[in-house]
Amino acid sequence: MRSTIPVRLTVNGHRHELEVEPRLLLVHLLRDRLGLTGTHVGCDTSNCGACTVHLDGEAVKSCTVLAVQADGAEVTTIEGLADGGGLHPLQRAFWEDHALQCGYCTPGMIMAAADLLARNPDPSDDEVRHGLEGNLCRCTGYQNIVRAVQDAARELADGHGAPAPSTTEVA
Amino acid sequence: MGVAGFESAEREVPGGNGYVGRSLRRKEDPRLITGRATYVDDIVPPGTLYAAIVRSPEAHARIRSIDVAAAAARDGVEAVFTGADMDDLAAPCPMVWSPPGVEVLVPDHWPLARDEVGYVGQAVAVVLGDDRYAVVDAAEDVVVDYEPLPVVLDPEAALEEGSPLVHEQYGTNQVFEWSLAGGDVEAAFAASDVVMERRIVNHRTAGAAIEPRGAVAEWREGRLTLWSSTQIPHVARVILSIQLGISEEKIRVVAPEVGGGFGSKLQVYGEEVLVAWCARRTRRPVKWTATRTDDMLATHHGRDQVDLVRIGAMRDGRLTAIHARVIQDCGAYHLIEGPVIPTFTACVISGVYDFQAVQTDVVGVFTNKVTTDAIRGAGRPEATHLIEVCIDQLADELGIDRLELRRRNFIRTFPNRRPHGFVYDSGDYDGTLDRCLELLDLDGFRREQEQLRREGVYRGVGFSTYVEICGLGPSRALGPDGWGMQGGYFESAQVRVLPTGTVIAYTGTSPHGQGLETSFAQIVADRLGVSPDAVEVIHGDTDTGPFGKDTYGSRSLSVGGEAIARATEKVQEKARRIVAHKLEAAPEDIEVADGAFRVKGTPGKAMTLAEIATEAYIPADLPEGMEAGLDELAFYDPDNFVWPFGAHACVVDVDVETGAVRIVRWIAVDDCGRAINPRLIDGQVHGGAAHAIGQALYERIAYDDNGQLTTSTFVDYALPTAAELPTFETDRTETPSPTNSLGVKGVGEAATIAATPAIVNAVVDALRPLGVRAIDMPLTSERVFTAIQEARA
Repeated sequence: MRSTIPVRLTVNGHRHELEVEPRLLLVHLLRDRLGLTGTHVGCDTSNCGACTVHLDGEAVKSCTVLAVQADGAEVTTIEGLADGGGLHPLQRAFWEDHALQCGYCTPGMIMAAADLLARNPDPSDDEVRHGLEGNLCRCTGYQNIVRAVQDAARELADGHGAPAPSTTEVA
Repeated sequence: MGVAGFESAEREVPGGNGYVGRSLRRKEDPRLITGRATYVDDIVPPGTLYAAIVRSPEAHARIRSIDVAAAAARDGVEAVFTGADMDDLAAPCPMVWSPPGVEVLVPDHWPLARDEVGYVGQAVAVVLGDDRYAVVDAAEDVVVDYEPLPVVLDPEAALEEGSPLVHEQYGTNQVFEWSLAGGDVEAAFAASDVVMERRIVNHRTAGAAIEPRGAVAEWREGRLTLWSSTQIPHVARVILSIQLGISEEKIRVVAPEVGGGFGSKLQVYGEEVLVAWCARRTRRPVKWTATRTDDMLATHHGRDQVDLVRIGAMRDGRLTAIHARVIQDCGAYHLIEGPVIPTFTACVISGVYDFQAVQTDVVGVFTNKVTTDAIRGAGRPEATHLIEVCIDQLADELGIDRLELRRRNFIRTFPNRRPHGFVYDSGDYDGTLDRCLELLDLDGFRREQEQLRREGVYRGVGFSTYVEICGLGPSRALGPDGWGMQGGYFESAQVRVLPTGTVIAYTGTSPHGQGLETSFAQIVADRLGVSPDAVEVIHGDTDTGPFGKDTYGSRSLSVGGEAIARATEKVQEKARRIVAHKLEAAPEDIEVADGAFRVKGTPGKAMTLAEIATEAYIPADLPEGMEAGLDELAFYDPDNFVWPFGAHACVVDVDVETGAVRIVRWIAVDDCGRAINPRLIDGQVHGGAAHAIGQALYERIAYDDNGQLTTSTFVDYALPTAAELPTFETDRTETPSPTNSLGVKGVGEAATIAATPAIVNAVVDALRPLGVRAIDMPLTSERVFTAIQEARA
């Protein structure tokens, strides 16, 4: 019988108490135990950032955080980023600016970008590019990601979110 | 277009509802940006067993024995299987290229090795258990006794007499030799003023989709369902049927959300057959998810050619002939189409130039490495690279400006039959180059370059003017009696209007990031007078829609989109007859405009698709003899390929003290025919160019002298990050393809096919004052620094 340790944490505002193996990775707790499959695994070596979530408000790569390290912490995943049922300005901007193709890196990219904008609300393009160095995308060449982060930064600075577009129609 | 924004090209289109040509937001995105998409690793049927694969640490060895006892005895382990257990497979992993008159050696290649391994990472056993982590532990306890055999890794060395043999039984490492020629190459060289020879290495790379491969298999009520991260669910069903000996209708293959492919998932891998076999054997669902290292070791690689090029010209710059001997490293075994990939280099060996004689001789070689097969561009990036690098160097030899040399030889009449038989459908090579130079401001650049050189800054510009072959493809050309592919290359579509007037369109393509749910919906919407929001595009499931041929070779729009258009036009035709009947008009007087089927010239006489659907599904008053329903099927097999083209310019700065290359500007002017959704085209160009920049500057698959893969993680295999890549300046020209009714070509691979020589030529241009004339990829700091030192010496 493998030994387990109790872990209490809050994920997207919901409190959970689980028994976990000490070696369980946070990403597997989120995906396999809580069914939050929006957080992805792409590399195992913390290079790609597909697994990025927020741990007590800071971006971490959940493939290199043990679940037990998250004991007592607040975790936010892509599923919990937006308030209510709408879209976070970053989600809206990623859609608007065609900042994703296959979508696999996207949740981690958005979570990393949210952390970047929290630390630097008005970044230059170069700061965005360097700020997202830890997140790999094979589809987009990053250009529209940079644009989306800048657009979201402007929207966040304005302090009010535009309504989520409900159709594919371009305004 | 351009970096400034996404202005869309408004234009009249047949069927006139105004959606084709516009940069609509993607229908795919809401699920992807909220984390609610379903990728294969998100699928866990009740009772699932997890699989961990034991892989060979030897590059070449005989398997003396495998002891699974310790692994099988571990808690939570359900079963351990080896190749010997899988002796009931009906066939090994197939390879589908069998060119008429050419022998291709195809060694047996099983999902789990039998008797011998041929590369590091080859699967030799599988451990199944209830827990994702426990099976990895147990896999460590499988003891394999290997007897090492001699290893050969270099393809040119592998062709030499006395080389170690990858497969002893053949007595050679040469897989095949295949040629394609047109015109008298030797006579043309003899009559040329200059014949330049070059050896160009196009090194091995990985597709490196961010989603690793994975598969889940479940048997239920006598049917197999396989969810797989694949580009080719329809092909996979056929191959699973053959290998497992199961009747095809008993198999359903689903490609759920797929996290990138780039050719690396244009494959039916042993692991997919393995999990299906394990599920049948254990009567439990079985799930395997690759680690990144699994993926780097055992997902096919791409490129890996040595190109020996001869190019002939007259003193006035007229190109005469080109000959390439292509040595392709095939790896130890084949997957579905590996050996055919270098033959695609031959298709466009003429490039955009009016050579009268061309010849490509391809030699495939076994080595003790993993298989090579299609990676974004698949044989055509290699062609563009060798031509465009040689054109620059030939310009140096002839003392002619490299753009002038290009212009003197551009093909300008279309359709244009090339000496080796292909017919370029349409083109305007001056047009894309003109626009590219306009955006670059070449004169301004030259002044700036001179100024910077005086300041000790080494700035250069490089160009690539390219054409590619895509839209796979005409089955007569590609099929068994032509190129030798054992399959058809049509595409299918079914367009179903539902009773309330919304639409489901089934496509036989299998998109995985390209945005086809959106672009196909635009095509349907225009023809039926509805919004794209009312059109759902369904793909990637062999239990829905007709048999299809999936997504690769930049075929989805030009073949799959055309099938969608044709099926929709059949629906439109029937709808027109219903409207004509109801409104007492002639069918030819009914047009689709402003969201309805209207009687021309009679405002107010119109029916919406919803009203028409009501008539079709409550068939009380249909025209005489008309069947109920509004649901049509189309299969489309093109008459020709399509031939996108364009011009890329790259500006670099080279730090001559460190050899570091920095991309300053990238200008891409591509022509992929009519634009359906310009925003998606720009996205494909950005990503395609980024992929090529990765190969040109950073990415290289490396094996050490013993055949150990030394680039098995993203720590060692360097994908470009946002910090390395430039802001791409993109523009388009639109030269319609005459091949299909949409006028479209493909764009998924175009920029990858175009881009590598632009970088190499730019670095050489920057270092010209130092005497550097040629350099092979990847242009790492070390390699550039060394080239500078050698040129100075």
